[in-house]
Amino acid sequence: MSGNEQSNTAALVLEDGRVFRGESFGATGRTLGEVVFCTGMTGYQETLTDPSYHRQIVVATAPQIGNTGWNDEDDESDRIWVAGYVVRDPARMPSNWRSRRSLPEALVSQGVVGIAGVDTRTLTRHIRERGAMRAGVFSGPALADEASMVDQVRSGPQMLGADLAGEVSTGATYRVPAVGERRFRVAALDLGIKSNTPRMLAQRGVETHVLPVSASLDDLLGVEPDGVFLSNGPGDPATTDHAVTLTRSVLERRIPLFGICFGNQVLGRALGRGTYKLRYGHRGINIPVIDTATGRVAITAQNHGFALEGEPGERFGTPFGVATVSHYCPNDGCVEGVRALEVPAFGVQYHPEAAAGPHDAAALFDEFLGLMENHDA
Amino acid sequence: MPKRTDIEHVMVIGSGPIVIGQACEFDYSGTQACRVLRAEGLRVTLVNSNPATIMTDPEFADATYIEPISVEFVEKVIARERPDALLATLGGQTALNTAVGLHEQGVLEKYNVELIGADIEAIQRGEDRQRFKDIVRSVGAEVPRSAVCRSMDEVRVAVKELGLPVVIRPSFTMGGLGSGMAHTPEQLERLAAVGLAESPVTEVLIEESVLGWKEFELELMRDRRDNVVVVCSIENIDPMGVHTGDSVTVAPAMTLTDREYQHMRDVGIAVLREVGVDTGGCNIQFAVHPETGRLVVIEMNPRVSRSSALASKATGFPIAKIAAKLAIGYTLDEITNDITGETPASFEPTLDYVVVKVPRFAFEKFPGADPTLTTTMKSVGEAMSIGRSFVEALGKALRSMETAQAGFWTGPDPGGESMRSVVDALRTPHDGRLYTVERALRLGAGVAEVSAASGIDPWFVDQVAALVELRAELIAAPVLDAPLLRRAKRAGLSDRQVAALRPELAGEDGVRTLRHRLGVRPVFKTVDTCAAEFAARTPYHYSAYETDPAAESEVATQRDRPKVLILGSGPNRIGQGIEFDYSCVHAAMALRAAGFETVMINCNPETVSTDYDTADRLYFEPLTFEDVLEVVHAERASGAGGPGVAGVIVQLGGQTPLGLARRLADAGVPVVGTPPEAIHLAEDRGAFGDVLTQAGLPAPRYGTATSFAGAKRIADEIGYPVLVRPSYVLGGRGMEIVYDEGSLASYIERATAVSPEHPVLVDRFLDDAVEIDVDALCDGTEVFLGGVMEHIEEAGIHSGDSSCALPPITLGRSDLEAIRRSTTGIAMGIGVRGLLNVQYALKDDVLYVLEANPRASRTVPFVSKATAVPLAKAAARIMLGATIADLRAEGLLPAQGDGADLPADAPVAVKEAVLPFHRFRTPEGHGLDSLLGPEMKSTGEVMGIDASFGKAFAKSQAAAYGSLPTTGAVFVSVANRDKRAMVFPVKRLADLGFQILATSGTAQVLRRNGIPCTVVRKHFEGDGNIVDLIRDGQVQMVINTPYGNHGPRLDGYEIRTAAVSRDIPCVTTIQGAAAAVHGIEALIHQDIGVEPLQALQAALRAGQPR
Ligand SMILES: Nc1ncnc2c1ncn2[C@@H]1O[C@H](COP(=O)(O)OP(=O)(O)O)[C@@H](O)[C@H]1O
Ligand SMILES: Nc1ncnc2c1ncn2[C@@H]1O[C@H](COP(=O)(O)OP(=O)(O)O)[C@@H](O)[C@H]1O
Ligand SMILES: [Mg+2]
Ligand SMILES: [Mg+2]
Repeated sequence: MSGNEQSNTAALVLEDGRVFRGESFGATGRTLGEVVFCTGMTGYQETLTDPSYHRQIVVATAPQIGNTGWNDEDDESDRIWVAGYVVRDPARMPSNWRSRRSLPEALVSQGVVGIAGVDTRTLTRHIRERGAMRAGVFSGPALADEASMVDQVRSGPQMLGADLAGEVSTGATYRVPAVGERRFRVAALDLGIKSNTPRMLAQRGVETHVLPVSASLDDLLGVEPDGVFLSNGPGDPATTDHAVTLTRSVLERRIPLFGICFGNQVLGRALGRGTYKLRYGHRGINIPVIDTATGRVAITAQNHGFALEGEPGERFGTPFGVATVSHYCPNDGCVEGVRALEVPAFGVQYHPEAAAGPHDAAALFDEFLGLMENHDA
Repeated sequence: MPKRTDIEHVMVIGSGPIVIGQACEFDYSGTQACRVLRAEGLRVTLVNSNPATIMTDPEFADATYIEPISVEFVEKVIARERPDALLATLGGQTALNTAVGLHEQGVLEKYNVELIGADIEAIQRGEDRQRFKDIVRSVGAEVPRSAVCRSMDEVRVAVKELGLPVVIRPSFTMGGLGSGMAHTPEQLERLAAVGLAESPVTEVLIEESVLGWKEFELELMRDRRDNVVVVCSIENIDPMGVHTGDSVTVAPAMTLTDREYQHMRDVGIAVLREVGVDTGGCNIQFAVHPETGRLVVIEMNPRVSRSSALASKATGFPIAKIAAKLAIGYTLDEITNDITGETPASFEPTLDYVVVKVPRFAFEKFPGADPTLTTTMKSVGEAMSIGRSFVEALGKALRSMETAQAGFWTGPDPGGESMRSVVDALRTPHDGRLYTVERALRLGAGVAEVSAASGIDPWFVDQVAALVELRAELIAAPVLDAPLLRRAKRAGLSDRQVAALRPELAGEDGVRTLRHRLGVRPVFKTVDTCAAEFAARTPYHYSAYETDPAAESEVATQRDRPKVLILGSGPNRIGQGIEFDYSCVHAAMALRAAGFETVMINCNPETVSTDYDTADRLYFEPLTFEDVLEVVHAERASGAGGPGVAGVIVQLGGQTPLGLARRLADAGVPVVGTPPEAIHLAEDRGAFGDVLTQAGLPAPRYGTATSFAGAKRIADEIGYPVLVRPSYVLGGRGMEIVYDEGSLASYIERATAVSPEHPVLVDRFLDDAVEIDVDALCDGTEVFLGGVMEHIEEAGIHSGDSSCALPPITLGRSDLEAIRRSTTGIAMGIGVRGLLNVQYALKDDVLYVLEANPRASRTVPFVSKATAVPLAKAAARIMLGATIADLRAEGLLPAQGDGADLPADAPVAVKEAVLPFHRFRTPEGHGLDSLLGPEMKSTGEVMGIDASFGKAFAKSQAAAYGSLPTTGAVFVSVANRDKRAMVFPVKRLADLGFQILATSGTAQVLRRNGIPCTVVRKHFEGDGNIVDLIRDGQVQMVINTPYGNHGPRLDGYEIRTAAVSRDIPCVTTIQGAAAAVHGIEALIHQDIGVEPLQALQAALRAGQPR
C-alpha cells in the first residue's frame, strides 16, 4: 500500500495528452524522456544502472518493486541512467541479505524522479498500442495543470535521431584485467557498456581495454587487440557514423569483431544495412531468439527500441563479402543477429552478458574467443 | 521438429481417486492431454478409476477404461488396445509408479509400448532420492547432506553422522507420505519406522535439516531439441519444514534478486538436462539460506505436478497441454501461445500481477489428528487468487477458503492472548499462521520478531504489517471517504472486512452501498502470459482495485448471445470436491452448445473449470457474494445492448454457490433453476418436514433441543439410538450416533455450545436400514430419475463414505416404485428446476426420507457414467428453460425410460470411497481410527464396473485399496448384534479356503455353525495377539464391526489402525463383508476382464428398459 497523502501526488504525462496519476517515488521534481516498459520480473537494479536506458522513463510491468533493496554488487555502471522510474507498488521495506539500502534511497541519492501507484498495466497497453513516446514525470513543485505539463513534454527531445553514446561513454580508456592468465586482449568500444561484459570476458582470460566512443582507429589499434568488441548503448544507431567507420576499418583488417545490441546495429550498418525504430521495442528478460543455423531457442535479455532491417536467414552481399541474418525473434521476426561469412565478425541484438536476465546466450562470448583463436592460428 | 509419425495410438494413465497430495490437478492435466492428442489425430486410450473426472467422460478419449490403475489391470488394457506409446507423466505419482511397474514386469517390452515424456531411466534418476542427489552434485550444485537407509540400524548410524534434527523421507511416496522431522531420538525411532513401512521399497532418506530456509519451486519445460523454459517461479511463505502443498505460496518469487533467481534457473535447467526428462514439464524445489543465500536442491518431480497446475493457472501457460504436444514430437517454438495467438510457446511467461495460493485443511473431520504442519502434506484442497499486489491477492485467497474466518478481522480473536503467547504460537507451523502473524503485529510485535519466530521472510511480514497500519487508519478516520475506501479495497480488503472495522456502516451491505455510491469498483484485468506486451485473445480475467484514475477494465463487449454465469465450488474439501467441478464443466459445455455465452467463476487452481478454454470467459475470483456481484456487474456492462445476463447457475457447484442464491436473487441477479424459496424448503428442517407431510412421506422422527434436558426428553420419546447433530456449526458438522443417555450427555457437552440460537437436532436413528441415494431431474412438470444407488454399508455411514451399487442389487420393483413416488413428491413439493439428490433409508419395508439436496450431488458423475445419461448437462439446459420432453426429443436424454428402469442386462457399477486415515497421526504418533460414521471423511472415490456385482465390487476394491485377498487368513471379530448375520459370509470364506481367525466370543458362534477357526488373543491379552499378527503381515483381511456405543473399544481401534497401516482390507460392516465375499469369489474365478466405457454405454443405449 503506497500511502498517498495528497501532498506527495505525482503525474506521468504522455506526449499524446494521456495522464496517469500516482504518488511521488524517489526524488521529487520533473523529468523528461521517452517512456518505455520493461517486462522483467527481477533485476531492477541492473536495469536502472544500464546505460542503454539513458533518457528513458522506464515502466516496470512487474507490480512489486524494490523488494530486495539495493546492494553494492549488482550495478551495471557507476550510476543510475534511467530518466525516470514508473512503478505500481514499491516495497515499504527491502528484504535480502545483500541489500545495503532501499530502492527509494538509491533513487533519491541520485536525484532520479519516479512515480508509484500508477496503473502500469493500463499504461503498458497504451504504449503497446500507441508506441513509445515522449513523456514526463512531475511531482512536488513541478506539478502543474495538464496543459502546461503536456507542453513541457512535447518540448522535450525525440529519441529518433538522438546521438547519446557520447553522453554515456567513458571519458578515458580503462583496462579490465583477465582473471588468471591472459589469453587475449580485446578493445571494447564503449557505447554504453555494462560492467558484466568485461567481467564475463575476464572470466574467460580476456583483458579488456574499454575505449571512449570518440576513440580513433589508431587508439584502437594501439591496444594491439586480438579482437574488437562493440558494446550496447542508448540512442538511434543511425547517428553513430564514427563508430560505423571505425568498424569498417576493423573489418578490412579482418580483426575478429563482436557486437551486442547497439553494437550489433553498428556492425549491421558497417555491413550496409539500415536501421529503423520499433513501435515499442523489446525490453525484457524472457524473449526467445532462434539461431537460424541450429534452430535452437535461447531465452534472452533484451533492451532495444531500434532494429536492423532484414529477414530471418537472409543472406546479403556486403563490401566485406556475404553476410547473413543469423538470429531472429519468433515473436515478431525482428532481426536479432548478423554474421559476416567472409570476415570474422558477428553481432547479436540481445544481451549475452544478461544482468539482468537468463544466461542462455553466454556461450556467445566463447564463440568470440573461438574467432580470436582461429585468427591467431 | 514436427510431430512424430511413428505414433498413432497413445495410452494415457490418470491418477485414480482423489487423495491428499494428489487431487483434481491431474484431471485437469489429463483432460488437456487427451484433448490435445485427439486434436492431433491420434487414437487415445485412457485408464483411470476415478469416475468423477472430466477426462473419463467418453468424449475425451477413443477408449476410456474406468478400471483399477494397477499393473495387472493396465496390462489387460494394453493387451486389448495395443497402444504404440504410453504417456505417464500427466497422471501424478500413481501413473508414474504404474509405468515403472509395467516396465519392471516386462509388460511394456512384451507389447512393445514406448514410454513417452520421460523414460524409465529419467523417472528413476528423478525419483530415487540418492541418485538424484548425485546428479545434482554432478552439475556442481548443492543438496542437503544425507544417507539412504534400509533398516533402523542404518538410520541410527546415519544420524550419528548428521546430527539431529533430521528429515526422514521414504523413497517413492507421494505428498510426503510417511515423512517427518525428528528433533529427538524418540521421534527418530518412531518416524523412521513409519517411513520404512510406508516406502514401497522399504527405504528412507535421512537428511540434514534445512528447516527454516526459504523454499522455492521452479516449473520447467523441455522439448526434444533441448530447448528449456522456466514457466513459473513459486515462493513458499512458510519456510522449509512445511510441505509445499501445505504452504501458502506466491508466484512469482518475491524476495530474490536477479542474480539469485538466475542462479536457481541455471541449476534447475542443468538438473533437468542431467536427469534427462526428454520432453515435458517438471518441478524442482530449492531451499535458500536467508542470511547467506546458500542454495540447495530439495527434490524434483519428473512429471506434471500439483505445482504445474498452479503454475498453469497462475501464468496462463498450459503446461499439460504443451507437455502432451512435446511428447509427440513438437518443439516449443512450433507451438503457438493460445493466449496471444501469435507468439510461440518458446518463451518465459512474465506476470504483472501477484498470485497467492492458500491450502485448505480438514482437521475438524479427524479428531485427534495432529494439526501441526510438517513435511507430510495434510491439506485436502487449495484456493488460488490473483491480484495486482501481494496483499490484494492474499485478501482474495483468504476469503476464498470458506472457513470461519474470511480474511483478517472477520472473526473474533481468540481470547486471553498476549503478544508473547502469540509470538510463541508462531514457532509451530499451523493452519492459518498468517492470521497469527497479523495478531502478533497488532499486539505490538515487531516485523523482525515475528519473522524470527515464524521463519517467514520479513518482506511478507511487513506486507501484513502494512495491513495492520491500514486497519488503524480505517478505524481512526472520521469518515470513510472515497480515497481511503479505495486504498482499503486496493489492499485487498473485502466489504465484510471494512464493515468489521466500521460498525456504523451497518455491515457488509452498508459498505457495498457506500462503495457503489462513491463509485469505488474494481477493474478487470487479463492473465496474458506477457504483462500486456502482446494483445491477449483469451478472456481470462481477475479483478483489481486501482487508485490511478486512468485505470482501465479489459472485459470485451459481447452483445450477440445471452450470457450464463456458472458459479464453481471453490477449494476442494471433504464433502465438496471434483464431482461438483465436473457438473460445472458439463454445464459450460452444454450451454455453449445451446448458443449461450458461458462465464465461469471459480478460485480452485486444480480444476478443469478454471482452464481458460472450458468456458467462453473465465473469472478467477473468490466465490463470495461481493466478488460474484462485481463479476455480474462487469458482465452486464459488457453485454449491455444485447440479451445480457440470462442467468446465474448456483446449483452445480455444491453448497458454496447454493449458499449465495438468496442474497443474489435479492440483489436482482437472475438466479436460474430451483428458486431460493424452494431451496429453503429443502434446507430448513421445519419447512422440509411440512413438504414431506404434504406428500405423505415418512421421515425419521426428530426434535430440536437447546439443552441436555430437552435432548433427553426427545430421545426418551423417540427412543435410542438417536442421531444428534448441531443445527449450526463452524467447520466440522459434529454428527454422532448416540446409543444411551450417558453418551448423549457427553455429546451435548463436547459437540457445540448448545444455545437457543444453536439448538441440536435429535433424530431417531434407523438401525440396520438400507440407505439409498437418488439423483433426479425435474422441470416442474416431469421427474426423471437419473439413478438409484443402493448403499452397501447400512444407514449411519455417510453416503459419501459408503460404497454403493447402481443399479440397486437387492431392491425390488415395489421399492423402486416407492422411490419414484417419493422422489416425485419431493421434487414437486419443493419446486425443483434442475437436479435433486435425495437420501432414503429403507427399514422394515418403510422408505424414510433422510434429506434432500436441491442441487447437483457428489454422485452425479458416477451416475452419468454408469447410465450413459449426462445429468449435469440436462440440468443446465432445464435451468435455462428446456423441458425433459424437449431433451428427450433432442436426444440429450433417452427417448423413453430413465435411470430407475435400466435394461435387465445393464452392467453393475460400484462406487467405493477412499479414506485418508493413514495420512494422519496423533501428536503421539499413533494412527487414527478408521471407523466410519455419519460424518463424511473420504477424500475421493473410484468406480468398478462389470457385468455382475461381484466383479464390479472386486474392481472397486482393487482400485481403492489394492486387491482383495484370494488366499490366506481372515480375522473376524464382530459385535453381538452382527453375529448371526456374519455366519454365512464367513462360512463362504472358509469354503473358499481361507484360514479363519477369531476372538473367543466370535469363534464360539462360528464353531457352533460348523466353521473351523483359530482363536487369537485380543490386543490386551498380551503377546502374539491379533494386532501383532496383523502387523507381521500374517492376516490378509479384517472383518471387525464395532460395538454400537460411541468411542470404539480400544481393541477394535488397535485392530483397525493396524489394518490401515498394513493396507489390508478392513471391513467394518456385515454388508461390506458380504460384498467382499462376492468380490473374492469373482477374483478366484479369474474371469475379470476390462471393457471400455464407450462399449458399455453403447450397449446400455441399445438395450430395452425391462
Ligand atoms: N532437508 C530438509 N530440511 C527441512 N525441510 C525439508 C527438507 N527436505 C524437505 N523438506 C520439507 O519437506 C517438504 C516435502 O519434501 P519433498 O522433498 O518436497 O517431498 P515430496 O515428494 O512430498 O514433495 C518440502 O516441501 C520441504 O518443506
Ligand atoms: N435418521 C437416520 N437414521 C440412520 N442414519 C441416518 C439418519 N440420518 C442420517 N443418517 C446417516 O447420516 C448420513 C449423513 O446424514 P445427512 O442428513 O445426509 O447429512 P449430510 O448433509 O452430511 O449428507 C447419511 O448419509 C446417513 O447414512
Ligand atoms: Mg515436494
Ligand atoms: Mg447426505
